[in-house]
Amino acid sequence: MAQDSDDREMEDAAPGAEANESTNGDFIKEKQRLRLLPGSTDTAASFAFEKEDHTLGNALRYMIMKNPEVEFCGYSIPHPSEAVMNLRIQTFDNVSVFEVLRKGLTDLADLCDVVEDKFTAARDEFDAAHPDGEEA
Amino acid sequence: MPAHEQSNPWAPLTPSQLEQRKIVSVNPETVSHTAATDIPGHWGPAQDDSWNLSRFRDNLKVDFHHNKPHDAAFSLIGVDASVANAFRRILLAEIPTLAIEDVFVFDNTSIIQDEVLAHRLGLIPLTGGQEGLKWLKWFRKPPPKDDFAAQATWDAEEGEDSAASVPSDYNTIVLILNVTCRWATKAEDGRDGKALAKDGESDPNIRYVNSNVYARDLVFEPQGQQGKYFNDDEDTQIRPVNPDILVAKLRPGQRIHVRCHCIKGIGADHAKFSPVATASYRLLPQINITQPILGADAKKFARCFPKGVIGLEPSSDDSDELQAVVKDPMKDTVSRECLRHAEFKDKVKLGRVRDHFIFSVESTGQFGSSELTLDSVRLLRAKAESDGVVGTNWVLSYEGIDQLYRGLAAGNWTS
Repeated sequence: MAQDSDDREMEDAAPGAEANESTNGDFIKEKQRLRLLPGSTDTAASFAFEKEDHTLGNALRYMIMKNPEVEFCGYSIPHPSEAVMNLRIQTFDNVSVFEVLRKGLTDLADLCDVVEDKFTAARDEFDAAHPDGEEA
Repeated sequence: MPAHEQSNPWAPLTPSQLEQRKIVSVNPETVSHTAATDIPGHWGPAQDDSWNLSRFRDNLKVDFHHNKPHDAAFSLIGVDASVANAFRRILLAEIPTLAIEDVFVFDNTSIIQDEVLAHRLGLIPLTGGQEGLKWLKWFRKPPPKDDFAAQATWDAEEGEDSAASVPSDYNTIVLILNVTCRWATKAEDGRDGKALAKDGESDPNIRYVNSNVYARDLVFEPQGQQGKYFNDDEDTQIRPVNPDILVAKLRPGQRIHVRCHCIKGIGADHAKFSPVATASYRLLPQINITQPILGADAKKFARCFPKGVIGLEPSSDDSDELQAVVKDPMKDTVSRECLRHAEFKDKVKLGRVRDHFIFSVESTGQFGSSELTLDSVRLLRAKAESDGVVGTNWVLSYEGIDQLYRGLAAGNWTS
């Protein structure tokens, strides 16, 4: 594996640079739930997500497949007794798998934003038009 | 599929083809075209199916059908099945809810065994002030000492007792159940139970007092700061959603005195923590009448569907005969009854619209249905953000020593 010229050194997180604790107050944060499986290259990689299942797996697979630079994307759950989800991404030439994964996750977050906004607007509009909650 | 019949298979899809690919076909014995084909490259280089947030925003629609406090039905149109399913799965299994977890038994002389009583208490849905429920933190319950595998994982993660595994006012709600059954007496209750029983009265409600233990007998005991969030005057105290749930039956001399600790949990751990009675969705049915169905056939056709799905209207060419017209496909239950009759089974095509999800979210009462759905959307976003590097610091560990990688930022983050 050739060393890339823009290889960045891994730095420690700045002290106090916590994740979004304010919004995620309810959700217990875990350490290192995302691993790279051996045999991965820059354009074809397998990831192992711990404590994840079809909920995120299928949705993430869909978002990554919507990226035209992705040649292959699939997920599997090696054994239902273990909460591990494997995700494989293969990209066309010179596209970094990590960027694709990051984009897929960002796109999924954007999708949730849009759904939340539209749902709230529709719910408020319905409540305003139907005070008793029933459809006329 | 029409696409293969067109002269240039690499041209972008026409609007009618786009409509066609949205349909899942329902055949007499099978269901076909189930997989979504809106993937870039599937329909050739000219058809652009790549992810486009603004196009998604324009196509997404949410239509409410009814929005009662604990029962909401709405249509989510324009998302993929994987995303709609993710919302459904999160609603069922991953939204934190409060329920009785530990039951400390001081006195149980009833005929209901301790563990059965504890199981029943756990299944009672509770409700309370929304602000307080959101303020409540998680309680990390230590695993039982005889479960060695879980103990090993626990020791690896926790070390010594962290604050989250000590029951405190910010992570545990205490409910007391203290009921004693006795004979009804003239002095206290205005009737002499023993005398009535001798005369032949068999109704336990008349003979005894407190012979039935209901959920309403659970008394909330605010600890520490909880009084601020859960109090009587604003009706925000923790109480069962349905006070008439029968928990146990007692006879004179029997007593149940237990203290219940309620904690937050998720449905994946135990079904009592699921905030929804059920959350489900179905796809919008589609009935496509390809050739006119007239007269008596039309009446028979209308009877193959639930009332209101098919209407009879004067035929366009022949106005003394009535023809069948699709009025409200949402009421259809897709029983495929019409495909069993030779008269019109070739004149109709049944299907479902692949991206139109009719959700039904019934809450157990702790939270409102629409608020639960919003929480599930937010939770999916939190999952996406916490697994990626959007706004967080993560290190990607690796299995093989010879692997070098770059890109993802460094840093550990702990609970």
